[in-house]
Amino acid sequence: MNPWPFVIAAYSIAVALTAVLLLWAFASMRRAEAAADALKRR
Amino acid sequence: MHALANPSRFLRFARPATTWLLLVGLALAVGGMAAGLTLTPPDYLQGETVRILYIHVPSAWLGMAGWVGIAAASVSQIVWRHPLAAVAGRAVAPAGATFAAMCLITGSIWGRPTWGTWWEWDGRLTSMLLLFFLYLGYIALASAERERGGEGRIAAIYGMVGAINLPIIHYSVLWWRTLHQGESIGITGSSIDSSILWPLPLTMIGFTCLFGAATLMRMRAELAEKKVEARMRRMTS
Repeated sequence: MNPWPFVIAAYSIAVALTAVLLLWAFASMRRAEAAADALKRR
Repeated sequence: MHALANPSRFLRFARPATTWLLLVGLALAVGGMAAGLTLTPPDYLQGETVRILYIHVPSAWLGMAGWVGIAAASVSQIVWRHPLAAVAGRAVAPAGATFAAMCLITGSIWGRPTWGTWWEWDGRLTSMLLLFFLYLGYIALASAERERGGEGRIAAIYGMVGAINLPIIHYSVLWWRTLHQGESIGITGSSIDSSILWPLPLTMIGFTCLFGAATLMRMRAELAEKKVEARMRRMTS
């Protein structure tokens, strides 16, 4: 059994899940902080 | 911890810490994964599949460490009424659930070529799956309590009770000897050869920094949302 498809699949999933987590956390932080700043300026 | 109880003081610490954790985490995680894929020899028994170690072990560690964080935040909320404890617990949960899922998926992929099966209902795998479902339950409970304007005390009690699963995960390989291997990396040493082991600390520290960055970003988001809600309430009253 060729092991490389398993290794590549595991690394791809780990990178994808970490990227999704970080991008979601970053986007929600930016959106919330922008809303708070906009309200402060009003 | 009590020095950071003031949200303004916490944000003065969290803003630069988020950037540093992201940068250091990305450098170490990418470097460790590249080293694990290209610079280490294959294992004499498992061959090339041993390279899954460099992502599976950090994800298992962070899946469990996340619940330690939730339990600590829950104790801090119930006992000391720390004002940021509930926010911290809710912020840790998505990152913990992600790494618990990553542990289950990478472990399953590793299991197929080494054990000949994607899944086995043994102690370690089942207790880890239970941890993932506990995360989903905590996220649902904490969100529902927050939407109702509660303090998050029910979620905090759930967080403390759920911690019972942590020693079960840790000792499962000793209590029930099945497919999953026993402990090969401990505090005092490791049974894995150093030529294979050396990239592991890089990915362990790297993913831990990324976990910390994601948690701080979620805490900052929630504090900003609370600020908006409080201001809206003042404007309408």
